Amino acid sequence: MYGNAYIDTTEKPAGILEGEDPQRLQEFEARVARGEKIEPKDWMPREYRKQLIRMIEQHGHSEIIGALPEGTWITRAPGFKRKLALMAKVQDEVGHAQLLYSAAETLGKTREAMINDLITGKSKYSNVFNYPAYTWADACIIAWLIDAGAIINQVANAKGSYGPYGRALDRICTEESFHLKYGHDNVVTLATGTPKQREMVQAALTRWWPPIMHFFGPSDKISSHTEILMRWKVKMATNDDMRQQFLNMYVPKIWDLGLNVPDVNLKKNEDGKWDYTEPDWEEFKRVINGGGPCNAERLAVRRMAEERGRWVRNALNTSDAKYVAPFA
Amino acid sequence: MGQKIKRLHMNENTTDALKELLYKMADDLLIIGHRNSEWTGLGPILEEDIAFSSMAQDKIGQAQALYTLLHEFGEQEPDIVAFMRNASQFHNAQLLELPNGDYDFSLIRHFLYDHADQLRFEMLAHSSYEPLAKVARKVKGELKYHVFHANTWVVKLGAANDESHFKMQTVLNEAWNFALGMFEEGPFEDLLREEGIFEGEKILQEKWLKNITPILLKAGLCLPDEYTWKPINGGRKCEHSPYLTPLVEEMSEVFRYDPTAQW
Repeated sequence: MYGNAYIDTTEKPAGILEGEDPQRLQEFEARVARGEKIEPKDWMPREYRKQLIRMIEQHGHSEIIGALPEGTWITRAPGFKRKLALMAKVQDEVGHAQLLYSAAETLGKTREAMINDLITGKSKYSNVFNYPAYTWADACIIAWLIDAGAIINQVANAKGSYGPYGRALDRICTEESFHLKYGHDNVVTLATGTPKQREMVQAALTRWWPPIMHFFGPSDKISSHTEILMRWKVKMATNDDMRQQFLNMYVPKIWDLGLNVPDVNLKKNEDGKWDYTEPDWEEFKRVINGGGPCNAERLAVRRMAEERGRWVRNALNTSDAKYVAPFA
Repeated sequence: MGQKIKRLHMNENTTDALKELLYKMADDLLIIGHRNSEWTGLGPILEEDIAFSSMAQDKIGQAQALYTLLHEFGEQEPDIVAFMRNASQFHNAQLLELPNGDYDFSLIRHFLYDHADQLRFEMLAHSSYEPLAKVARKVKGELKYHVFHANTWVVKLGAANDESHFKMQTVLNEAWNFALGMFEEGPFEDLLREEGIFEGEKILQEKWLKNITPILLKAGLCLPDEYTWKPINGGRKCEHSPYLTPLVEEMSEVFRYDPTAQW
């Protein structure tokens, strides 16, 4: 799940293309425009490489950090069917991280360097995982609606210009479509279940709605930066377009289940666009910069896992020479 | 192979013996599957998160298959048996309920348990109780990979460097007497053997020792001195360490939140 890499479009566009060979740049842009895929050894502009590394890496981080709130519920999943399915789902997510880190490595950054940037807080991951999954129903809402959002994002990005990322996303999307079914089935079970279950799922939806609306990121400013990234097919759709697509596909399904979306302004206009209350972007910025309810905990857990596993990685890096017990 | 026995023609003692066998095997699998699943998101490398999750899924699935056999003997539905009992009703060996500790302990436990489990299922593949033999034939194919995984890592880490060697030897020593507790004999050993259902814990333990010794040797690890061997028994009689209660409570937390519900 979770591929909404956060591109900071407020960065100054000046200098993006500075120093690039104009002829090579022109050839590169012509290839992208023709729909050709760019492969690891092909020439590419500096900024293209930088933004792709950032996007793919953030996506990979989101997969492993996302395994934490969901993983909490593996050991609590009610019944064999749910337990087995959730284990398989979260395992898929970790497998996605593996695929994505491999794709990012083709651009010249090692997995180790990426994980290091994650645990030191230098690189980001999807903001939604800085919120807690309080109940089983939270895990079900995540599996349905966050994965739904991720699919919208990833299906778009899979058509992007960088070959290894696109191919990884194709595989990821196939698995995500099962997660979506799993999540939906869970939410349907709760929403049509006992009063306690219905109450639990409504509370979870109410809690998760603001992070879901944040999921696609703030409105893209029409900047020359965004324009270049879209021309290079790094960014394939605007955040607002993806949010609209999500609302259009899922709000009717939520309403069908008799659940209440906590936004009084939510409605579909005659032109097919959805009105909604503008999400609190100050909150979004605060959380993405470390001020969310779980940022510290998520990174602490990840750091602990890295530290506890260091001896294993060190051992893997030793040659195959046998350990010889010392004589004395 | 001897005559196959069917549930309908079984006398009460044989039924009790089979139930005892199935409960301890199923509970072992459920509890170790649960512990393995706790590694999700926390492994030393991503590939190990994925491996432990795969094994966890196999174990939980295998537990479910055995609880289903128990259900055929009139026990409750697998979900009820797994998620509604208290710790004092579980028959797993204590080894399996111990916390994961670091990767070293989880790995050595996985090695010690999976070798035993693979042999147990191999023995049961010829059991006169055909429904169990059928499950065993399927499961032993899955266990081949679990054992392969355990062997690869134990040999690698046992022999890689001073630190990893020391860690692996330490956890082997710590886990050893708990591991011996896996072979705690039950009240029906003779009956199970006479009926051709299962050859018994003693033979299983002998086979197990024979299998693991050369691998540990290859890993540069030593078995604890035999005079220190003191099996930590009790698990089969539902006596457990303090670690099982919180595990079972966590596992059944949602299920018990509304026992009338379908989840």
